[in-house]
Amino acid sequence: MASPPGGSLRTATPSPGGPPAAQSSPGGPSGTGTPAHPRAASGWRSRLHRLDRQASPYAYVAPFFLLFAAFGVFPLIYTAWVSLHDWNLLSSDNPFIGLDNYKALFADGYFWNAAFNTLSIGVLSAVPQLLLALVLAHLLNRPLRAQTLFRITLLLPNVTSVVAVVVIFSQLFGRDFGLINMVLDWLGFGRINWQAGVATSHVAIAVMIMWRWTGYNALIYLAAMQAVPREIYEAATLDGASSLKQLWGITLPMIRPTVIFTVIVTTIGSMQIIAEPLLFGAQVSNGAAATGGTDRQFQTLALYLYEKGFRSFEFGYASAAAWMMFLLVVVVVAFNYLVVRRMRGGLDV
Amino acid sequence: MSRARSVKALRGHPLTYLTLVAVAFFSAFPVYWSVIVASHDNAALAEVPPPLLPGGNFFANVQRVFDTAPFALALLNSFVVAGTITVSVMFLSTLAGFAFAKLRFRGRNVLLLMTVVTMMVPTQLGIIPLYMLMIKLEWTGTMYAVIVPALVNAFGVFFMTQYLSRALPTELLEAGRIDGCSTARLFWHVVIPAARPAAAVLGMLTFMTAWNDYFWPLVVLTPDNPTVQVALSQLASGYVRDFTLGLTGTAVATLPLVLIFVLLGKQIIGGIMQGAVKG
Repeated sequence: MASPPGGSLRTATPSPGGPPAAQSSPGGPSGTGTPAHPRAASGWRSRLHRLDRQASPYAYVAPFFLLFAAFGVFPLIYTAWVSLHDWNLLSSDNPFIGLDNYKALFADGYFWNAAFNTLSIGVLSAVPQLLLALVLAHLLNRPLRAQTLFRITLLLPNVTSVVAVVVIFSQLFGRDFGLINMVLDWLGFGRINWQAGVATSHVAIAVMIMWRWTGYNALIYLAAMQAVPREIYEAATLDGASSLKQLWGITLPMIRPTVIFTVIVTTIGSMQIIAEPLLFGAQVSNGAAATGGTDRQFQTLALYLYEKGFRSFEFGYASAAAWMMFLLVVVVVAFNYLVVRRMRGGLDV
Repeated sequence: MSRARSVKALRGHPLTYLTLVAVAFFSAFPVYWSVIVASHDNAALAEVPPPLLPGGNFFANVQRVFDTAPFALALLNSFVVAGTITVSVMFLSTLAGFAFAKLRFRGRNVLLLMTVVTMMVPTQLGIIPLYMLMIKLEWTGTMYAVIVPALVNAFGVFFMTQYLSRALPTELLEAGRIDGCSTARLFWHVVIPAARPAAAVLGMLTFMTAWNDYFWPLVVLTPDNPTVQVALSQLASGYVRDFTLGLTGTAVATLPLVLIFVLLGKQIIGGIMQGAVKG
C-alpha cells in the first residue's frame, strides 16, 4: 500500500544501529533468496535468534497489556469489590456490607427515575438516528456531484466536542433568546421551556445526540453499502423496484452485520449518556447540573453515578450503581440484538 | 425508455440532492450559528429577526474569553495531552497489532479476544476505582491523570491488528527473516512503513477523541488547571447568562479540530469507513 517496504529494508541494512541479534547478511546483495544463513555461523547466535522469536511477541504486546491491565481492566473488576463496601472518600474505615448498597439502590426512586430517563433518551435518540443514517447512506450510495463535500459536512458535527454541541444547542433551545423558540413563536406555536418538562428536555437532549452521530453512522452504512454489487440494483431497477423498496429488500439484508454492529455500539453509547444532561443542566444553574434539572427530569443513570460518586463521594454506592448500569447495558444490547436478528426473517420473505 | 429511467434513478434525482442539501444545512448550521453569536454582542441575540451574518465583534469576544477563563493554559494542556496520547496510541497499537497479526505465540487468541471483549464494556463501569487509583498515585489535578490511562486503548490495537493482517505480506517478513533480520529490525524497517496509512488514520481519530474528551478530565482536574473542554464548560455554565462568551469559547476550542478536519477530512472519512467494514 505504501512505498515498497522492501526498499527501505535494503537501504537501512548498512546502518549499525540495530540490536546485536540483527546482524545483516552482507553476502546477499539484493536479498533475493540467496541462502546466506547467518544462523549457521555460531551457536550463541542461533540461541539468540530463537530467544528473539519466542520472546519478542510478548515484549511487543506487553506495553499495551500492562497499561491496559492497570488502568483499564483492574478498575472494571475492582468496582465489584468496592460495591460491597460502605466506602467513602473521607472515611478511613470501609466496612464490608454485602449487598446493602444494592438493596438501597433498588429502594431509591431517583435510581429508577434515572433508569427511565436513560431508556427514554436512548430510544428517542437512537431509533430516528439510525433510520435517518440508513436513508442518508442510501441517498449517498450513487454517483453524485459534490460527494466529498456532502460527506465532510455530514461528519462535521462529529468533530465538534460534546461540550461545544451542548453549549450551542442550549443557546438554540433557550427559552427567551433561543432561535428555535423564535421560529416556533413566529409560526404561532408559542415558546417552549425546553428544560422544564420531562418530554421536552428528553427531546432536546435526543436532538443533540442525533445531530452529533447521524452523519457518522451514515458513513459507516455507506461503507458497507459500497461493497454490495451494483448489478443487483440495476436488475432490481429494471424490474421496476422503487428506490425505497431496494433499500428495504436488497440493501438492508446485505449489510445486516453492519446494522447489528451499529445497533450494538449505539445502544452501549446511549446507555452511558452523561455529558449532554450534565451540561444542559448547568445551563440553568450549577446546582442543577449533577441532578439533571431541578426535578431530575433528565438525570440519566451515568449522571446519577456521577452525583453519587463525585458530588457526595459515596464510592461504594456509586460502584453498585455502575454495576446495575452495566447489567442494564447487557440486557438492552441483548434485547436489541434479538430484535435486529428477527427483523431479518421478515425481510427474507 | 425503461433503460433511461434506470440510469436516471441510479444517478442523482433532484429530490436526492434536495434532501442531502437540507441535511447538510442542518449539519453545518449550528456551527455557523456559533460563529455568528461569537462575532456579535449579547444585545444582538435579542433582536428579531436575529443576525444571520457574522459581525465584527469576534476578536473583542476572544479577548474576553482569555480574560475570563485560563484558556491559554487550557489550550496548552490540551495540546500536550492530545499530542502525547496520539503518539503513544499510534506506536503501541502498531507494536501490539504487529504481534497479533503476524507473530505466532502461545495465548495469542485469548489475549486478542480479551481485547475485543473489553471494547464492548462501558468505560464508566470502572470510573470510581480509576479515580481512587488516581488519588492513591497523587495524580488528581495533574495532566498525568488524563494522559496515562489513555496511553493505550483496545480499539487502537484491534484496528492495527485488522489492518496489518491484511496489508502486510507475510512473505515480506519471511524474506527479512531469511536475510537475518531480528524481529525488532523487521518492525522498524518493514512493519512501520507498511502500517503508516492506518496509523495516520488512527492518530487523527485518537487526537480528536482526546481533544474532545470531557467527562474524565472534569472528574480528575481542577478549575485552575483545566483542559480546553473543561475550561469551556466552566465558561458556559457561569451564573451570568453570557451566550456570546460561551459560544466564542466554543469557537476557539473547536477551531483547531475543524482546521485539521478541513485539511484531512477525506482521509479521516476514509479511515472511519475502512474501519467500519471490518468492524
